[in-house]
Amino acid sequence: MPSNPFRRRRVLGLMAALPFATLPLPALALSEAKAKRLVEGIVADINRIIASGKSEAAMIRDFERIFVEYADVPTIALYTLGRDGRQASNAQKRAFTEAFQGYIARKYGKRFREFIGGRIEVESAKTVKTSVEVRTTAYLRGEAPFTIDWVVSDRSGRDKFFNMVIEGVNMLLTERTEIGAMLDRRRGNIDQLIADLRTAG
Amino acid sequence: MNTLPRLLRRSAALVAVLLVAACAAPPPSGAPGEFNDPYEAANRKRHEFNKRIDRTLVRPVARRVSKGDGDGTAGRVVSNFASNLSMPQAVVNHVLQGDLNNATRMTARFLLNSTFGFGGLADIATEAGLPEEDTDFGATLHAWGVGEGAYLELPVFGPSTERDAAGMVVDLFTDPLGSVLTARQANIARAARIAGKVADRGRFGDTLDSILYDSADSYAQARLIYLLNRRDELGVEAEDDFIDPYEDIYAE
Repeated sequence: MPSNPFRRRRVLGLMAALPFATLPLPALALSEAKAKRLVEGIVADINRIIASGKSEAAMIRDFERIFVEYADVPTIALYTLGRDGRQASNAQKRAFTEAFQGYIARKYGKRFREFIGGRIEVESAKTVKTSVEVRTTAYLRGEAPFTIDWVVSDRSGRDKFFNMVIEGVNMLLTERTEIGAMLDRRRGNIDQLIADLRTAG
Repeated sequence: MNTLPRLLRRSAALVAVLLVAACAAPPPSGAPGEFNDPYEAANRKRHEFNKRIDRTLVRPVARRVSKGDGDGTAGRVVSNFASNLSMPQAVVNHVLQGDLNNATRMTARFLLNSTFGFGGLADIATEAGLPEEDTDFGATLHAWGVGEGAYLELPVFGPSTERDAAGMVVDLFTDPLGSVLTARQANIARAARIAGKVADRGRFGDTLDSILYDSADSYAQARLIYLLNRRDELGVEAEDDFIDPYEDIYAE
């Protein structure tokens, strides 16, 4: 990533962000069985959308509902905003999270037609540090099967996934790279980023 | 065998040795998503060059071909044929990595698809429980303990690393098929591989389009995706691979 003078103000940004930092809830042990059940729910909903034969716009709306229901959207959104974005006001963070949610739904929802005629199967679960990784396999027509891992945690207060890994490539890092580049292009202007994100994806 | 290929082979080996020596730098560490990219400026220039080639040549051809190929059958046939041609090389590398199980399986796969799969046009081996386990000399070097080295974006070939680029050079000149094919057949094989790449560009068109043309920094995006996917494929597990956004956001 090109060097960005904006980053130097990181310490200031962190200090500004401190009063808004939510205290994480005490880590309860999330069982592998519970995490697996959550992902089974996601997969069932996704498979239902794939089979529904709805229009792309309708599928994207359904996908956004799934994303909000099963993912820890605020945590994912704030992580992708990176350290530069932490100096955002609470109102900006809320607006960003909402814009991000729609952007993800459009970006990933558009790819749903590649899944038509295919299916996802839940395989196994394993505990990694304070989270559980649930492995699923996607079987698409005419393609070699590939793995999708869902990383689940209960630290938001509810069981939610906070990362999705397709063949080693994870959503948190790819989106942090993307949002970081968008922010750099707008010289760190978060309001501009939020406005543009509402139609991006 | 004439002397030119032998000479080329020897100089390729030399280049490869030099490149591998350059990979002696320690394997990447640090936060996930940070990479060893000292040649970023030059890499970015080649990235723009590659995008130009894709936009003006590869993508239009791939689109036209996949449009005329309704359900994608022809594209798959071309892809099958091209990837079957890479199997002997994969077998050699599986052996060099000490993976005799996959060496045997890919030999069986090659024989099955080359005969009952009509010279590799049909991939019947996957149905028979022998899905493709491709590998290359870059992976062999990894198995021998060579670190990935610096990130490289190669002209035409795209994202790579110093180690994987060295591996590619070795693979190019040590393909066992090269010693059994006549010059004419070797040209057909080469054309088939290029056609296979174009067919793949058509099949995975939307994914590549979104990376190359829809992202704010396509270079950074391509680098991230290549390195994460390659490390996953090679089974590289770094201690600090795990991303904990809760710690990152709430505990700084």
